[in-house]
Amino acid sequence: MSAVKQEKEPLFSAKNRKLLTNPLNIDNPITVQVLGICSALAVTAKIKPSFVMALSVIVVIAFSNVIISLMRNGIPPRIRIIVQLVVIASLVILVDQVLKAFVFDVSKQLSVFVGLIITNCIIMGRLEAFAMSNKPWPSFLDGLGNGFGYGAILLIVGFTRELFGSGTIWGFHVIPESFYDFGYRNNGFMILPPMALIIVGIIIWIQRAKNPQLIEEN
Amino acid sequence: MYSNAYIYRYAGIMVILVAAILSAAATLLKPLQQRNEAVDKMQSILTAAGFEGVDAKNAIEMFNKSVTNMIVIDNEGNIVDDFEGEGKENSSAFKVNLKEELYKKSVSRPFQLPLYVVSKNGEKIYIIPLRGVGLWGPVWGNIALKDDFKTVVGVAFGHKSETPGLGAEIETPIFEDQFPGKTIFDENGNFVSIGVIKGGVVNMPANRQSHLVDAISGGTITSNGVGDMLQNVLESYEPFFKKQG
Amino acid sequence: MQELFNIFVKSIFVDNMVFAYFLGMCSYLAVSKTVQTSVGLGIAVIFVLGITVPVDYLLNEYILRPGALVWLDKSFSDVDLSFLSFILFIAIIASMVQLVEMVIEKFSPALYSSLGIFLPLIAVNCAILGGSLFMQEREYQSIAQATSFGLGSGIGWFLAIVGIAAIREKIRYSNVPGPLRGLGITFIITGLMGIAFMSFLGIKL
Repeated sequence: MSAVKQEKEPLFSAKNRKLLTNPLNIDNPITVQVLGICSALAVTAKIKPSFVMALSVIVVIAFSNVIISLMRNGIPPRIRIIVQLVVIASLVILVDQVLKAFVFDVSKQLSVFVGLIITNCIIMGRLEAFAMSNKPWPSFLDGLGNGFGYGAILLIVGFTRELFGSGTIWGFHVIPESFYDFGYRNNGFMILPPMALIIVGIIIWIQRAKNPQLIEEN
Repeated sequence: MYSNAYIYRYAGIMVILVAAILSAAATLLKPLQQRNEAVDKMQSILTAAGFEGVDAKNAIEMFNKSVTNMIVIDNEGNIVDDFEGEGKENSSAFKVNLKEELYKKSVSRPFQLPLYVVSKNGEKIYIIPLRGVGLWGPVWGNIALKDDFKTVVGVAFGHKSETPGLGAEIETPIFEDQFPGKTIFDENGNFVSIGVIKGGVVNMPANRQSHLVDAISGGTITSNGVGDMLQNVLESYEPFFKKQG
Repeated sequence: MQELFNIFVKSIFVDNMVFAYFLGMCSYLAVSKTVQTSVGLGIAVIFVLGITVPVDYLLNEYILRPGALVWLDKSFSDVDLSFLSFILFIAIIASMVQLVEMVIEKFSPALYSSLGIFLPLIAVNCAILGGSLFMQEREYQSIAQATSFGLGSGIGWFLAIVGIAAIREKIRYSNVPGPLRGLGITFIITGLMGIAFMSFLGIKL
C-alpha cells in the first residue's frame, strides 16, 4: 500500500477504475485479447464448474500479478518466463497441497482445475503485459478486472450450454416437463466443446456490433 | 543489463527457495493427505457395496466393522495374503499400488491385486478396486460383486481431471445406478465384463443387455476409458473366480 | 516400429491437440492471421514439443515416478517426487521457449515482431504442457514412443494452425458481417473444423 501513497494518487482514481472496468467489455481477455480460451472450452459444459473456475482464476491472477509486480525490478529479462511460471505454478501447487491436507472434499472438486489454472494464458499474459511494468496496486486491480472479465464470459457460455444442452441451470431442471411432451429435446450438440467456440464467436459478434471501434479491418 | 553471473545467481536462489517451500509443504502435509486419501478410498469401497450415509467421519469405523477380510491374490488366482482383524488400513491388501501392478500386467510380468470382503446383512460382498485412464488423467473406482462372483451389487467411480459436465459425470448416480444387477459372465460362464456403449442399451439384443451400460453423451473417451478399465481389471480376477466357483 | 508409426499418426489426426482436445487455442486463434507467421509459430511448437516431451519423459522415468530413484540407491525405492512434476515440466518448457525466443530474435527479427507476445506465451500454450502430462499419464514405454508422440502432436498443431490461416486468408474476400470479421468468424470456423475432426474419433489404431 505504501507504493500507492508515494504515487499521491487516490486508490480508485479514474485510471485505476479503468483497469477494473475495461476488461469487462472493450478489453475483455477472452473476446478481445484472445487469452484463456482452452479453459473456457473445458469447463463451460455446466455453469457450476464455470463459476468455480472463474473464482479460482480471479484469486490466482490477482495475487500472482502482485507478486510479480513486487519482484519486477529484480527479474533478469532473459529468464523472465521461467520466473513467472515458477511463481504461478508454485502458488497453485501450494494451495492445492494445503487444500488436500485440510479440506479434502474441496480439493477433490478443484483438482480438475489445477492444471488448467497453471497453463491458463490469461495469468501469464497479464504478468507479461502488465505486472512486469507496473506497481503492485494497479497490478492487483488489473488482475481483478481481467479475472472478472474472464469470469463473465465463462458464466454466459456455461449458462447457455447448460440450459440448451442439459435443460438445467446449476443442476436444477428449469425446462418444464410439458415442453418435452411436445417434442422438445435437449440439444446434445451444445455440451460438446466445438459449440463453446461457436457461442464465443456469437458473443464476439454481439459485442463488436455494440462497440464498433473493435471491428477488425479484414 | 544484467550480468550472466547475476542471472545464474537469481535462478539458483529461486530454484532452491521454491524447491524448499514445495518439499517442506509436501513432507509436512503428507501424513494428513495420506489419511484423507485412505478415508476417501474407504468411502468409495463402502459406497460401492451399497452402504448409505458414509461420510469422512464414520468411514474408518464403518470400514473396520463391515470389512471382514482383506485379500491379496496373484495373477494365477491364488490367495497370497488374507488379513482379518483390527488395523485394516495397514494391511497389505489396502496398500497395494494398483497403478504399479497393472503396469506389470501390461508388460506381462507377474502381479498381485487386492480384494476386499464385506459382510452386509449377513451376505458376503466382494469388492474389486479399479484403475484406468480417462481423457485427461486417471479414472478409478470400486466394483462390488455378489458371492456368485458374477452379479454386480454396485459401483463407485472417481476421476482426477475429467471434463466437468461431460466425462466427470461418471461419478454421478445417473451413470453409476446403471450397474447394479448387471453380470460380468454370460449364461455359458464366459467372461464378458461390462461394456460401456453409445446408442442405447435398449437397442441391443436382449441377451447382451445385462452386460452393457449407456455411455455418457459428450464423454465418449472417458466412457471408453471406464469400459477398458472394467475389462482390464476384472479379467485379471478371472482365474480367482474360476478357482472359487 | 509399427507401434511408433501408430502413435505418430494417432497423435496427428485422431488425438489432434487442437481439434480433439482443444488445447493451445489462444495462440492458435491469435496468430493465425497469415500463413507465413502460422508456419513460423507452428515450427516453433513442433520443435518445443519434440524436445520437451522426451526430456520430460526422462525426468519422469528417472526422477519423478514413485520408485524412480532406484538407480541411485536401492534405499530410494519409496521416494515419490511426483508432486514436483508440474513445476519441473514447466521449467523445462519455459527454458526451451526462452531458447527458441532468443534464436528467432537473432535469425528472423521480422517473424519475432509479428509473433509478439505469443512467442513467450508458447510456454503456457496448454498444448505443450498437455503433451508432457499426456505422456506421463499414458505411460509410454520408451523414449522413442515419447518422441514420436511429441513430434506427432506438434505436427498436428502445425497442420491445424496452417489450415485455419489459409482459410482466413481466403475468407478476407468474402462478405462477412462487420462485427464478425476476424476473430469472431475464426472461432466459428474452428468450431466447425472441430466437429469435422470428431469423425476421426472412430478410428482405432
